[in-house]
Amino acid sequence: MRGDAEAHHLVAPGNLAQALETLSSAPGEWTPIAGGTELMVAHAAGKLTAAKLISLWGIPELRFIESSTDSIAIGAGSTFRDLRLQRDITSEFPLLAEASSWIGSIANQSRATLGGNLVNGSPAADSSPALLVYDADLELMSVRGKRRIAYSAFHTGYKRNVLAPDELLYAIHLPRRFGKHRQYIRKVGTRRAMAIAKVALAATALVEDETVREIRVAAASLAPFPTRLAQVEGELLGRAVTPERIQAARRALLVEAKPIDDIRSTAEYRRRVGANLIEEFLRQLIPKDTAA
Amino acid sequence: MSALRPAIQLIVNGEESVVHVPPMKRLLDVLREDLHLTGTKEGCGEGECGSCSVRMNGDLVNSCLIPVLQADGAEIETVEGLARDGKMSRLQEAFLQCGGAQCGICTPGMLMAATHLLANHPTPSMAQIREGLAGNLCRCTGFIRIFESVVAAHAGTADDRGAADAR
Repeated sequence: MRGDAEAHHLVAPGNLAQALETLSSAPGEWTPIAGGTELMVAHAAGKLTAAKLISLWGIPELRFIESSTDSIAIGAGSTFRDLRLQRDITSEFPLLAEASSWIGSIANQSRATLGGNLVNGSPAADSSPALLVYDADLELMSVRGKRRIAYSAFHTGYKRNVLAPDELLYAIHLPRRFGKHRQYIRKVGTRRAMAIAKVALAATALVEDETVREIRVAAASLAPFPTRLAQVEGELLGRAVTPERIQAARRALLVEAKPIDDIRSTAEYRRRVGANLIEEFLRQLIPKDTAA
Repeated sequence: MSALRPAIQLIVNGEESVVHVPPMKRLLDVLREDLHLTGTKEGCGEGECGSCSVRMNGDLVNSCLIPVLQADGAEIETVEGLARDGKMSRLQEAFLQCGGAQCGICTPGMLMAATHLLANHPTPSMAQIREGLAGNLCRCTGFIRIFESVVAAHAGTADDRGAADAR
């Protein structure tokens, strides 16, 4: 432990109104901390720069999963364990349930929150590709009120996002309209547990009359932040999936992906694996009689 | 500048304690330094190795990643709480009989993760055992003896208390 507990102040308001009030009273001075699976690692390493922290753990208004007719609302303070246990998530949003099982270990899943994963904004975030291909909306909240944006517009750069200094991520909304979509997700890491993704890819596609009517493809660790792959989607939308289309999608991914070399992998490896993953998904969409 | 030291209440292995410590002090350090429960070990200090695993309000957690203020009022179970009246739990007996413990650094965390697993899955499959212990690293056993210990504990081939009791 190289950090100094005495060097940081931590308060636990216990309710949402008080938390928002505190943030609003000194915008930018308080750093929210939920399950601590990110910030406490920095703390132990002596790298936590925040002097004043505000605990969002144990605020009941942030920890809920509510299903309505058209959508499911997930409180930002819901843990990945909560997500893995919720039936509407496991049955209708299996990619999110699968991604939740990737988070660290059982001990990490009982603390790490969906909101924390998104606000932290790692390019390798496990939950992000699934949320992007489910067309999630985010609900942000401050004393000034609530606003709603598409998740695809949330990240603006490496670990940067659109949250104002007095705002919290309040909820994640998933539209319940993916029942007929073909769905895919795969993470490639060093080992099954605890590993941070070298690359991950998720996709949903609605295919009718052998034509791709809707498609979303998203990746982790192929860009400075989790992102959809618009050029890959563009090669497929409105077309039939054929071996030639798969090659076109691979080429689009190789152009569109902007991975980096780092301690976990190389840009070249990530690019190749990304192309292989999109091919793996698309091969499932080729009508049986034309499959190569 | 010294941070405030609020009174923080912890119920550890059924016993209530109040500590006055900085709110960002790690639960791990409070257990070891303030409550002198040194069974819980620090390995990596970053939530990767599981040596510091304890149960908090029934959840398995890494105590190195918990600012103690977030544990205020919580029920904490540590390895010291597994033995009762001087008798090891069935799981502890199984670790002893099957060679599940060697150097011992990972053992308290392994025991807590396995206790948590058996509380949720009294007769776990091998896949459940592997997932349940995947966050706990061991450099000695190669894991197989640990998996065998968990199997022995729930299969009743180890002595002593039932798995359902090993909470």
